[in-house]
Amino acid sequence: MSEVFSKSMARNIYFGGSMFFVFLFLGLTWHTNKELPKTDNRQAITEEVALGKKVWEENNCVGCHSLLGEGAYFAPELGNVYKRFGNSKEAIKAFMKSRPVEGIPGRRSMPQFNLTEEELDAIAEFLKYSSEIDAAGWPPNIQG
Amino acid sequence: MSTLKYQSQAVAKPYFIAAIGLFVGQIIFGLILGLQYVWGDFLFPEIPFNVARMVHTNLLIVWLLFGFFGAAYYMVPEESQRELHSPKLAMVLFWVFLIAGALTVVGYLAVPYATLAKITGNDLLPTMGREFLEQPTITKVGIVVVALGFLYNIAMTILPGRKTVVNVVLLTGLVGLAVLFLFSFYNPINLVKDKFYWWWVVHLWVEGVWELILGAILAYVLIKTTGIDREVVDKWLYLIVAMAFITGIIGTGHHYYWIGTPEYWQLFGSVFSALEPIPFFMMTLLAFGAVGKRKRDHPNKATVLWAMGTGVMAFLGAGVWGFLHTLSPVNFYTHGTQITAAHGHMAFYGAYAMIVITIISYAMPYLRGQGNAASWKQQYVEMWSFWLMTISMVFITLFLTGAGILQTWLQRFDDGLPFMVVQDKIAIFYWMREVAGVVFFLGLILYIVSFFVKGEKNEKGIA
Ligand code: HEM
Ligand code: HEM
Ligand SMILES: [Fe+2]
Repeated sequence: MSEVFSKSMARNIYFGGSMFFVFLFLGLTWHTNKELPKTDNRQAITEEVALGKKVWEENNCVGCHSLLGEGAYFAPELGNVYKRFGNSKEAIKAFMKSRPVEGIPGRRSMPQFNLTEEELDAIAEFLKYSSEIDAAGWPPNIQG
Repeated sequence: MSTLKYQSQAVAKPYFIAAIGLFVGQIIFGLILGLQYVWGDFLFPEIPFNVARMVHTNLLIVWLLFGFFGAAYYMVPEESQRELHSPKLAMVLFWVFLIAGALTVVGYLAVPYATLAKITGNDLLPTMGREFLEQPTITKVGIVVVALGFLYNIAMTILPGRKTVVNVVLLTGLVGLAVLFLFSFYNPINLVKDKFYWWWVVHLWVEGVWELILGAILAYVLIKTTGIDREVVDKWLYLIVAMAFITGIIGTGHHYYWIGTPEYWQLFGSVFSALEPIPFFMMTLLAFGAVGKRKRDHPNKATVLWAMGTGVMAFLGAGVWGFLHTLSPVNFYTHGTQITAAHGHMAFYGAYAMIVITIISYAMPYLRGQGNAASWKQQYVEMWSFWLMTISMVFITLFLTGAGILQTWLQRFDDGLPFMVVQDKIAIFYWMREVAGVVFFLGLILYIVSFFVKGEKNEKGIA
């Protein structure tokens, strides 16, 4: 094989192949960005959603939960929790407010984050926004 | 007495020691996590699961980076046939990185995450709170600074020196690592966009540029231990990294099925990511081919074992377990279940943890002045640790896969049972995973013990 297939041919496949697929990927990225408004529910993004995302991040919710299937697998999927809780922001807020500080003996427990009313509203609004992203029919059922 | 060809290679040693130390920390927190899976309020509320998880995954990434840096500092002078541009800079960056890393972990453990976000000024440039990228923004800046200093040092050594394929591929991989990390600073409010570019760090690292680093280290160790012809290895290395990019770049699409991106990604992602096992399989072939046709018997048998093990385990963890859930009709059901965790564990261990241990195993005897290999007794213990860690990782993967199949079946089909109900039903698998985890930890302890085993000096063979 060494005579027929030289090192410089291998190198050319590497350079050429990589370049081609980098540019194809950039092209697809450009196209995806163009198409996103149809599915990403951007019209629902408000100041409140932005605050909600910040609360989500600054309490590291993704360290236990998944969101659209990404994150941790210790606690339920939250991309569709708004729907699972009967399309109710109040139910989400009530759940978060009622977490015992010392946890539930022997059970996986969610911390009490002591969020303000404004932050609770924002996180609920953020989860509502997330649940209305068009995720190609995922999750398979309401359990997430 | 050091037995190094180039004295500046010595800076690799503290990097390797730090890597092993942080690895121990990672596994201790892994065991805490595993216990919290079945004993829900263990250490609650002092160390909630999310905090322990950040420590576990971030320590993993940081110790692998220490390993990559150390590997580069060790390999590059020898490959370029000249001393490292600045050993002093390498040592300064070592301490900066270690202290920044330690402070970050202390921050995770000492204060609530929201407090950490506040005192580190996450408001100014919010980048925190996303999986694997939990570090305070200022820590991320520190990582960039360390990476730039490191790249400067390595490039200034490589460019004026002998340019080998190993060096060029290694440098390309390291530059890619640093460049892609910059996307961790992009955090749009739009969740779909946030996720889209988050994968440019995570996927394009492990299924892109890191494969170059992996391939370069593997090629280097095989050249040194088997005496295989450089021409042959070079060709293989080019083809391996070519296949990594050809399949892995568009393969990113396997993360764009269900996050609000256009549905054509289901086709592109499935087709290309299904081919991603190819470069990993080629690495296995290269390792076994090189050892089978070896021109010398290097006395460091432990290194050869680690190198072949990397080939096999990377192919199993990334290739086979990745393929298992990568086609979109399968991923629809398995997305974000314990199947993902099973794959993540075996792939990270088999590819990246093992390649770092491989280069440490090869370089340490030289760095410690033991000649070209440690004593047989020491190698014997090291090989035991190889089997303990590797076999227990196989079992961790199998138990998580069992848990994942049941979870998918019970929770995702038909109406499905609630998440926590299913978790209770599959708890036995989590117990077994934890037992396997304890064995893994014992293997790691044995690995450390191996460095302190005394025995007849081993001088047989060639340097
Ligand atoms: C004693 C052995 C270990 C135990 C018990 C353990 C346990 C865990 C647990 C419980 C999680 C969180 C899963 C979740 O989000 O619900 C996790 C995550 C993770 N661990 Fe480990 N771990 C161990 C060793 C390792 C090793 C050796 C590696 C790699 C070299 C590793 C890499 C990871 C990675 C990459 C994740 C994130 C996975 C994902 O997001 O899918 N762990 N580990
Ligand atoms: C050494 C290389 C690899 C490593 C270290 C690795 C690691 C990981 C990790 C940690 C995750 C979980 C990410 C998260 O937390 O969301 C993941 C997800 C995934 N990986 Fe890999 N991987 C590798 C290679 C591959 C390959 C070659 C394939 C395909 C053949 C693959 C297919 C997947 C898929 C489909 C997912 C998404 C799972 C889901 O939907 O939940 N991986 N990988
Ligand atoms: Fe991926």
